[in-house]
Amino acid sequence: MKSLLKILRDFPAYLWSGWGAIASIFLFIAVWDVGNQIYGDLILPSPLETFSTLWILFSDNGFMENLMITLRRAMVGFGISLVVGTALGLLAGFFVTASIVSRPIVTILMGMPPIAWIVLAMIWFGMGDATVEFTVVVASLPIVFVGALQGTKTLEDKFEEMADIFKVPRTMKFFDIYLPHIFSYVFPAWVAALGMAWKIVVMAELLATSDGLGASLAMARSQLDTASALAIVVAMVGLLMIAEYIFLEPIKREVEKWRD
Amino acid sequence: MARLKVENLSFSFGYDTILDNINFEINEGEVVSIVGPSGGGKTTLLRLCAGLLDRQDGDIDNSFETQAIAFQDPRLLPWKNVIDNIAFGLKAMGLSSVERETKAKEIALNFDLEESDFAKFPKELSGGMSQRVSFARALVTKPKLLFLDEPFSALDIGLKRELQDHVMELIDNNEITIFFITHDIMEAIRLSDKILLLAPDPGRIVKIFEFDVPQSQRDDEYVYSQTAKLLSDREIIETFELEFK
Repeated sequence: MKSLLKILRDFPAYLWSGWGAIASIFLFIAVWDVGNQIYGDLILPSPLETFSTLWILFSDNGFMENLMITLRRAMVGFGISLVVGTALGLLAGFFVTASIVSRPIVTILMGMPPIAWIVLAMIWFGMGDATVEFTVVVASLPIVFVGALQGTKTLEDKFEEMADIFKVPRTMKFFDIYLPHIFSYVFPAWVAALGMAWKIVVMAELLATSDGLGASLAMARSQLDTASALAIVVAMVGLLMIAEYIFLEPIKREVEKWRD
Repeated sequence: MARLKVENLSFSFGYDTILDNINFEINEGEVVSIVGPSGGGKTTLLRLCAGLLDRQDGDIDNSFETQAIAFQDPRLLPWKNVIDNIAFGLKAMGLSSVERETKAKEIALNFDLEESDFAKFPKELSGGMSQRVSFARALVTKPKLLFLDEPFSALDIGLKRELQDHVMELIDNNEITIFFITHDIMEAIRLSDKILLLAPDPGRIVKIFEFDVPQSQRDDEYVYSQTAKLLSDREIIETFELEFK
């Protein structure tokens, strides 16, 4: 609760520090516009055209519906990864055997290209929600798992020893010694997994479904509607940036403030 | 009266005998030092007495109600600021957050920490400041028994003196019992009622030195002359291998 208030209090200062980021985004848009002037509207529509298309898309019910579908799929997949991945990672961290057994499996999961999972999922689950959600889980769960595993494995005995001399009760040991340390590993892993989930969901939709942002993107491609395609991309990137920089980054700063 | 009594204590890691038949007693209000070369089992003995290691042979009877420790490395929790670190032991005792903060702030000022340091995290503190916080954390709980595991050895002489004075004050008021581990004989002479000499391989107590002069009356001259005396002691020379060859 206290840290939540602190996050809110620091928020204006944090936003103010974002001018540099905004300047670099504008620079990027300027380069984009130069590209438009060289290659023309079909290859690379201008930023202005893209953003006005985006505006039209956002006032279109069909697009908003697709956006919601995509959000739902991403959140279901990410939610499962978050809960299952964290739980399994903690377990594996606390038991040596489990961590030895899980390491090669994680390497296999992480090394396998998501596109291969999509193909398999299409065979197993057909075209629809399950395929997309499965792919999202498979791609983002190992990230969360590794974060939780690292967090648990790097716990230091020396703090526990100190706590034992002060006869610290079990619950306090958990909240004051284990949790802050583990969380500082798990939280960044969650953020990374969220980014992964968002990318994978669109890719899976593009290949395996007839609705959602990915499907809209496929549609724009088949109609050579470059402006719409770019607008959808901007929407996707924009949403991720808002999630990351407005919500997650301030929390991350608060959580990791004590680190070197 | 509370006491820590160690009887026929032996301990080994695998085939290595670390401690062999250790016997001693610390009574309430006493300061007892264990002096010996590094790697001689001093820390193992402390860990056994503090209940951090399970004993194998022999008996340890620790009837002190509360205990605290200061290590050589300060062991501050990196995610807690100065005040919360100091209040850690108080929290374990179940004090309310207001009480904890008042007590922690009071002792922090007493230990020459500035108010502007209170919200700092350990990463922002110098080594000396961290050790002050570590001492404050140990002493704020008003422990009946204090374990000191070479807490002065990494400090400059000024700070060493300062922290020793804090401990000395408690000793003079008869408020504390101390189990002190060190390899610095001079330090031990300044603070202790009794010095146990622990010889290594396997760790065993070979001699006990006792000091009757109250700690507050031990001036530098006393400390130096006693140090000189101890350094010429046969057992000390052999234990620390001081002989010139």
